[in-house]
Amino acid sequence: MNRFAELLDRLAYEPGRNNKLRLIADYLRTTPDPERGWALAALTGALSFKYAKGGMIRALIAERTDEVLFALSYDYVGDLSETVALMWPAPIPPLQGEGGREAAGWGPEVSGKQTPPGGLRPPPSLTDIVETLSTLGKAQLPGQIARWLDGLDETGRWALLKLLTGALRIGVSARLAKTAAASLGGKPPDEVEVMWPGLTPPYVQLFAWLEGKGDKPASNDPAPFHPPMLAHAIGEPELAVLDAADFVAEWKWDGIRVQAVAGEDDHGHLVTRLYSRTGEDISRSFPDLIEALRRSAAIDGELLIRRDSRIQSFNVLQQRLNRKAVTPKLLAEFPAHLRAYDLLADGGHDLRGHPFIERRKRLEHFVARLNDPRVDLSPLVPFASWPELIAARADPGAAGAGDDAPAVEGVMLKRRDSLYVPGRPTGPWWKWKRDPMTIDAVLMYAQRGHGKRSSFYSDYTFGVWKSVDGEDRLVPVGKAYFGFTDDELKEIDRFVRRHTVERFGPVREVTHDADTGLVLEVAFEGLQRSTRHRSGVAMRFPRVSRLRWDKPPREADRIETLEKMLAQAEHGRAPAAPLLARASNPALA
Amino acid sequence: MRPEDVLVPTPSGVCCKAGGFHIDPTRPVDRALITHGHSDHARAGHGLVVATQETLDIMRLRYGDNFAGRTQAVRYGETLTIDDVTVSFHPAGHVLGSAQIKVERKGLRVVASGDYKDRPDPTCAPFELVSCDVFITEATFGLPVFRHHDAEGEVDKLLHSVALFPERAHLVGAYSLGKAQRVMAMLRGRGYDRPIHIHGALETITRYYQERGVALGDIELVRGAKKSELAGTITIAPPSAIGDLWSRRFPDPVAAFASGWMRVRARARQRGISLPLVISDHADWDGLTTTIAATGCSEVWVTHGQEDALVHWSRARGLKAQPLDIVGYGDENEHDEIAPEPGGA
Ligand SMILES: [Zn+2]
Ligand SMILES: [Zn+2]
Repeated sequence: MNRFAELLDRLAYEPGRNNKLRLIADYLRTTPDPERGWALAALTGALSFKYAKGGMIRALIAERTDEVLFALSYDYVGDLSETVALMWPAPIPPLQGEGGREAAGWGPEVSGKQTPPGGLRPPPSLTDIVETLSTLGKAQLPGQIARWLDGLDETGRWALLKLLTGALRIGVSARLAKTAAASLGGKPPDEVEVMWPGLTPPYVQLFAWLEGKGDKPASNDPAPFHPPMLAHAIGEPELAVLDAADFVAEWKWDGIRVQAVAGEDDHGHLVTRLYSRTGEDISRSFPDLIEALRRSAAIDGELLIRRDSRIQSFNVLQQRLNRKAVTPKLLAEFPAHLRAYDLLADGGHDLRGHPFIERRKRLEHFVARLNDPRVDLSPLVPFASWPELIAARADPGAAGAGDDAPAVEGVMLKRRDSLYVPGRPTGPWWKWKRDPMTIDAVLMYAQRGHGKRSSFYSDYTFGVWKSVDGEDRLVPVGKAYFGFTDDELKEIDRFVRRHTVERFGPVREVTHDADTGLVLEVAFEGLQRSTRHRSGVAMRFPRVSRLRWDKPPREADRIETLEKMLAQAEHGRAPAAPLLARASNPALA
Repeated sequence: MRPEDVLVPTPSGVCCKAGGFHIDPTRPVDRALITHGHSDHARAGHGLVVATQETLDIMRLRYGDNFAGRTQAVRYGETLTIDDVTVSFHPAGHVLGSAQIKVERKGLRVVASGDYKDRPDPTCAPFELVSCDVFITEATFGLPVFRHHDAEGEVDKLLHSVALFPERAHLVGAYSLGKAQRVMAMLRGRGYDRPIHIHGALETITRYYQERGVALGDIELVRGAKKSELAGTITIAPPSAIGDLWSRRFPDPVAAFASGWMRVRARARQRGISLPLVISDHADWDGLTTTIAATGCSEVWVTHGQEDALVHWSRARGLKAQPLDIVGYGDENEHDEIAPEPGGA
């Protein structure tokens, strides 16, 4: 467990994706079965370790430490698990003197918890912990946790407590962990992704195959994930070189890309699953969709909320996604809907090697036969030439999207003859997003970045004007840390260093008054009300689209501009660029 | 005899009226006894400075030849007498030349520990336990969450990372006097035999350690090295250089920092460190408390940092205890670089 904890510790600090991959792969390569398999299960979220609550941890530490010292420590550290991990009176003998334990304020030994004669308690392995937890009674849990903590070092105790309280946040997705595992055998991550639903921890067979010591684990999953085909971005100028006759267009929906798969198992029972774009099984969150899928198939489509026969905006979908508990009330208020745009398998036949228009025909038949109001077809956008498509994209409501227009975030172009190829091949599919919303905001604070950017001020807090007690002040409305080029980063960094008015740790406050300061054009994809932001609004996907050295801060936008955008989004009108009459630089967006 | 008849705490350091001297004064005085060369303890401008030869040398290297009117070197264990006061210096295990100062008058013994640690350090004499009636302790890491007992494990962590990322440079932030050299010596102790690079600000003190016979192996200035040559190397630098423009000369640097503060995650994250190394030249909580108990003292004076917890702990053990408000300790130079800054992200 100490080694796994060391990995978690390092992952929590390491910002770079490739570096995280290397760390995980190194651990998996050098750790024996079944320990590494349980580690992979922990990293992919395949195991729930959520056994303990804060109250139990507090009680354990209260038995062992002085309450004043605990309060001072907790106040300083600010995190319960971390405080307990650090304060835990581990049986590491102090260097000098007898009775060091008492002298060091650890309090009397709790009976039965003494260090066994002949040495320290050996640290538990992750395997020990998983196996013990699977059979342990609730009443024995506190005593067992205490014994484990006795055997671990500071980092080990931190990791164990974070795992047991379900609060481990180390910035590793299931996909990343699987990619690291795949790299052990030089396999494409999708190959592991596809077989994943058929595997169970501690994945001994998987590792044997990856290391060339065993056969590929047979997948007899009746409802497997199909690695998705993705599109490259395109802009208006690039359309000219393409022939409009080769393509069909669909609306690009502002929802969540999902894959709905149903198939029969060995007993003839239909197994149905809903996957996220990365292959995560999200069926449990959408029982309303699962019951709609009653025929064997694999559908590629968009998860949306459909209410009063209208597709709702992403803001509404977000409200359903934010709730953990799936209650009847939630299902009634936010009915999930699948808008289908591709068919990858039909009744057990793999269609991925067929051209798009053929798959589309079968999809149309399939959706008609399924005949369920929760699943419909994503309509094609009719166009004969690029100017017609440009017009449709500018006004989706008039071009067929009708009342669903607020949920349109651009158009998709698909070659009629395109096969379904996993990954992001160049040529067959293009996405052409609607123009982002933009505002001019003023740089207020800059924070040093991480990893490669650790010597640059690369994370920016920006604000807009607001009248406070009759006086115009800048209020922070968001943070952005990308969108700019390397050269622009250097320019901003120089500005920050020359215009620092105050420093708070890694954060610098920069000059921002009406006449001096840096105006940033910030592009974003949407707005939501938020209680977590002081300004009351939160931006989706904000990034710096242009540096406005030419603009004095007094000419930056006001909070009222954002409020107007928000009102428009909420009242269902498409918040498209023409409303704002300011184009952003597509190369940066 | 009261403790105050031996040493009196004042806002600018402790003072021995009977002997006419101060210990680690923060303003210029006629006669100063100095525990060690860190700049919050050793300041320029005193009339007479009494300290170990190493501390005197370090002060000269940092402040120039005229750092004091006169100097007097003492050896560990040697006893000086001023009227009815006797004074002796004892190893503090903190940095090269660091000493605890014992002041005795009419049988009452007061020990001013300066900064100390009770853990092994290949670059200085090991901490010596000195029995006393009043113990003046530091409390830089005076909270039970500070545990830094496994410095070797931390160095191994660094070496593991160097092996795993051979195309990246490892930058280790370390205070220029003491910590930097200790990290170098510990790397050698763990078998690392390639050249270790240093930032120019560390050169003088590092060369001095080598002259005094501390084995540090091949130490090279990083200045002038090409970016590609720095792949796979370890460079030690003052903490303030780690996230600074200077670090841009390194290929995809891994930002490490060797400090007791790295025990607390929020501190490491606040500094943008991706490889925190919990290596400290101060006693941790276990070290502070076992040392206080082992001196046999009946009274504790606490300076430097987290006084509350240590005063509470001492009183709970039936010891008399008070925090000393000495303005200026722990907030200059070496300590400034590590003191948590206000506000934050
Ligand atoms: Zn010091
Ligand atoms: Zn100090």
